[in-house]
Parts: sequence; structure tokens; C-alpha cells
Amino acid sequence: MTVSVPHSLDDAVRLLGEHPDAMLLAGGTDAMVEINDGHRRPNAMVIALNRVPDLRSWRHDPVSGTVTIGAGVTYTELMQEPLAELLPALAEASRTVGSPQIRNAGTLGGNLGTCSPAGDGLPVLSALDAEIRIVSSSGERTISVHDLMVGVKQTSLLPGELIAEIDLKVRAGWQGYAKVGVRNAMVIAVASACLAVDSEQRRVSIALGSVGPTVLRCADAEQQLSNAVDWTSGAVSPDAIREFGTLVSAASTPITDHRSTAEYRSHAVGVLGARLARRAFATSEGAAG
Amino acid sequence: MSNQFFTLRVNGADHEIADSWLGESLLDVLRDRAGLMGSKGACTQGECGSCSVMVDDSLVCSCLVMAATAVDQEIVTIEGVAPIGAPSDVQQAFVDAGAVQCGFCTPGLIMAVHDLLDRTSEPTDTEIREELAGNVCRCTGYGRIIEAVQQVAVQRGGAK
Ligand SMILES: Cc1cc2nc3c(=O)[nH]c(=O)nc-3n(C[C@H](O)[C@H](O)[C@H](O)COP(=O)(O)OP(=O)(O)OC[C@H]3O[C@@H](n4cnc5c(N)ncnc54)[C@H](O)[C@@H]3O)c2cc1C
Ligand code: FES
Ligand code: FES
Repeated sequence: MTVSVPHSLDDAVRLLGEHPDAMLLAGGTDAMVEINDGHRRPNAMVIALNRVPDLRSWRHDPVSGTVTIGAGVTYTELMQEPLAELLPALAEASRTVGSPQIRNAGTLGGNLGTCSPAGDGLPVLSALDAEIRIVSSSGERTISVHDLMVGVKQTSLLPGELIAEIDLKVRAGWQGYAKVGVRNAMVIAVASACLAVDSEQRRVSIALGSVGPTVLRCADAEQQLSNAVDWTSGAVSPDAIREFGTLVSAASTPITDHRSTAEYRSHAVGVLGARLARRAFATSEGAAG
Repeated sequence: MSNQFFTLRVNGADHEIADSWLGESLLDVLRDRAGLMGSKGACTQGECGSCSVMVDDSLVCSCLVMAATAVDQEIVTIEGVAPIGAPSDVQQAFVDAGAVQCGFCTPGLIMAVHDLLDRTSEPTDTEIREELAGNVCRCTGYGRIIEAVQQVAVQRGGAK
């Protein structure tokens, strides 16, 4: 039998230690497409992660304000309360993924494992500065999501390592996710963005999907909008929002492919950035500028 | 590539699966090895939903489930929805509303509609469209499918 279905994280990690070339399988919504197409042939062991309780659960620590999500938590689960209220942008992004069938099977860990520039969970993890706990039979390490996503469908995971958990800080302040695609449902993003406000630190962060080799953060745009917001009233001028959109577009480095053109993508992502900023802050119509 | 032997529990009965190849999908195993031809395969990419089944009470595309990982799980296919000759309310409503033309999408849609109505007893038309976004029908234009779903919602509401 070369398909293993471990029922604990220890067993999964031990198996992976013995077979570092094993293929990990979570929801299968990326991996099985490749296998069905013949692009990928599992020739060693397959380790299924969908029956590992530690990977399928999440917890909230109100003292540290941290939510820890097991890599095997599905989009359907991320859309449900109380998780959706703690991490609204992640719930919003999850609602845009595929269909009910895909959301029931597809996991956040699988989204990271695939590391597609269009992965809908990834801009949210980036905007919220997620920390990723990686385990192997020789130990564990925790790295920033930005150090995990290194290129187009490329992570910094080493053979024998698996993603166990994703740590996210619960933030006071608005957060949301927006995506452009060719239709409303069942669509891979042509451009996407997650904006998250940290009203305590008085900072805005924005991360972009599908407009670079991997998810991009926009330092200039974040700085500009954070400075432009009147943090007492929570208002910002329409001009500042326009400028924010321009800076977001400028930060993108898209390509032209079968889904869209580079020009359209950088335009669209600026529109998404400005739209999210308008949802996050009241626009002070009468304010200077 | 080694041969695979395992047992799947489908519609309450155990099926011994022999000679499956490593990586073979649940859809292929159901159709080619368990003789359950109700689930259809069109895209094998998770796009069309014609292969939809329930695995441990969750609606999934069987083409995206690696069969050997579904051991010890309760699998329900279209064959397990209702006995032959005694259609479920959803099946009957599809017939009554004229929601079946070529019928290729129908098994997957019946699975998806049962799941939808179990979770949402009074869905709006928009909710129905969103919830059925993973089930493609090339014939009906979806209007009659939505009618069928609404018929069942009304019937079930009235039965309460
Ligand atoms: C029809 C369809 C529509 C889709 N629509 C969307 C969409 O709208 N948005 C979107 O973002 N994606 C979409 N996807 C892609 C896919 O559903 C997501 O990327 C999903 O998150 C993958 O998760 P999974 O659990 O199914 O991963 P799997 O397919 O099981 O695994 C994906 C990869 O990650 C690795 N992996 C899985 N778990 C771990 C782990 N714990 N540690 C290390 N590596 C791991 C696997 O080895 C594999 O290489 C769609 C797919 C389909 C088939
Ligand atoms: S055959 Fe599975 S979704 Fe099309
Ligand atoms: S009835 Fe023919 S595909 Fe739906």
C-alpha cells in the first residue's frame, strides 16, 4: 500500500521523514487535476493529510490575539462563524474560491503548497503578515509567509517538511478582499487585492495577487495611505484614494497570458485597491483636495 | 506503479477495490471498479460537477478525490440517494419541472441540490445559482433546474 492515511500529525511527520520524496495530498483540488491530466505521477508514497485532526482544526487565543489555523482547514470552514468574524478578509477571499465542491475540499495549506500567484488565500495571508509553522521529523521552524512564497508555484519548503499551521493576528480595523475575473463564480483571479487596516498601529497594508510572480506587498502605497488617513475620524480624501490606486498599480509587475494582459492587470489592481480603500474609510468629500 | 487493494464504503456497502493504480480518482474507481456508473465524468478537473458525491457528508468532486484516501469514509453516490422506482423529492421535482434534457449533468446536480437544501431550506434564486456554480449543464439553461429546487423548497416547507 503506497497511499498512507495517517490519523495524527506525529504519524504524518514520521512517514514523511521516512519518505522525504512522498507526495503530500490535502484536498486534492490542485494535485488531482495534475494527476488526472498526467502532468504529475505519484511514483513514491502519497501521504493524505485530510484525516489529521491537528491539521483540520483551528484555535483562537484571545490573550495574544492570535488565530492559529491548521493547514488542512477548508475554505468552507474559513467562511463560517466565528472564524469569519475574527478574520473577515480570509472569509471573503474563501467565498470567491471555485464552487461549493472545491471549497469543501480545498485547504489553506494546499493554497500555500501550490503557491500560485492567483491563490485567493495568499494576499490575505500576506496583508496580515501570517507566520507559517513548518514541521519535519527533525524539528520545526516558523517563518513569515513572505519567506515561504518565493516564486511562481515555488515555496521555500524543503524535502521532508510540511506546513502545519498558519498564525494570524486578529486586528482591530476594516479588512477586505476583492478579485477581478472573467465571470462571477468559478473563476481564477485576473487581479486581486487584500487591504487590512490596523487601527491601533494606524497602518494600512495591501497585498496583491495575480500581478506578479508571487503575492506582492506595496510599501509606497501603504505608507501614503497610512499618512493620508485622519485616524481620529477615520476619513480620507478622494484624492488620496486616487493616488493610492495609482501607487498600487505602479507596484504591480504583471505578465500577459491566456487570462489577461499585463496592462489590464495593473489597471484593474489599482481600481481594486482604491475600491477597497473606499470601503475601509469614509471619504471626506469636502476635505482639502 | 504498484497495484492497490483497499475497501471503500459506498452507499452503506463495502466494496473491495482491486488493481487500482496509485493516484486513481474516486470517480474512476466508482465507475470502472465498483460498477457504479451513476456519477459522470466530463472534465476530470473539478469544473463541471457531474461527478459530485458526498464523502463524510461533504459534497465533493469525486474526480478530485484520490480513491485510496477515502478508506473508512462514508461515500454516497447518486445510486444511494433513493431506491430505483422511488425517486427522492429532488429527483421527482427535476422530472416534473423538465429540468432534465440529455441527463448527463443530472446525477451531479441531484447530489448538489440535496446538499444545498439540507443546508439552506429556503434559498433565493441567487443563492441557488451561487451554490450550483460548480455544476455545469449544457442543455437546460438552468431556468428549470432553479424551478425544480424552488418546488422542493416549497414542498418541504409545506410539509413542516
Ligand atoms: C475547479 C477549480 C476551481 C478553483 N478555483 C480556485 C479559486 O477560485 N481560487 C484559488 O485560490 N484556487 C482555486 N483552485 C485551486 C485550489 O482549489 C486551491 O489552490 C486549494 O487551496 C488547494 O488546496 P488543496 O487542499 O486541494 O491542495 P492539494 O491539491 O491537496 O495540494 C496542493 C499542493 O500543496 C501541497 N500541500 C498540501 N498540503 C500541504 C501541507 N500541509 N504542507 C505542505 N504542502 C502541502 C501538495 O503536495 C500539493 O503540491 C481551484 C481548483 C479547481 C479544481
Ligand atoms: S468530472 Fe469531476 S468535476 Fe468534471
Ligand atoms: S441536461 Fe444535458 S447537460 Fe444538463
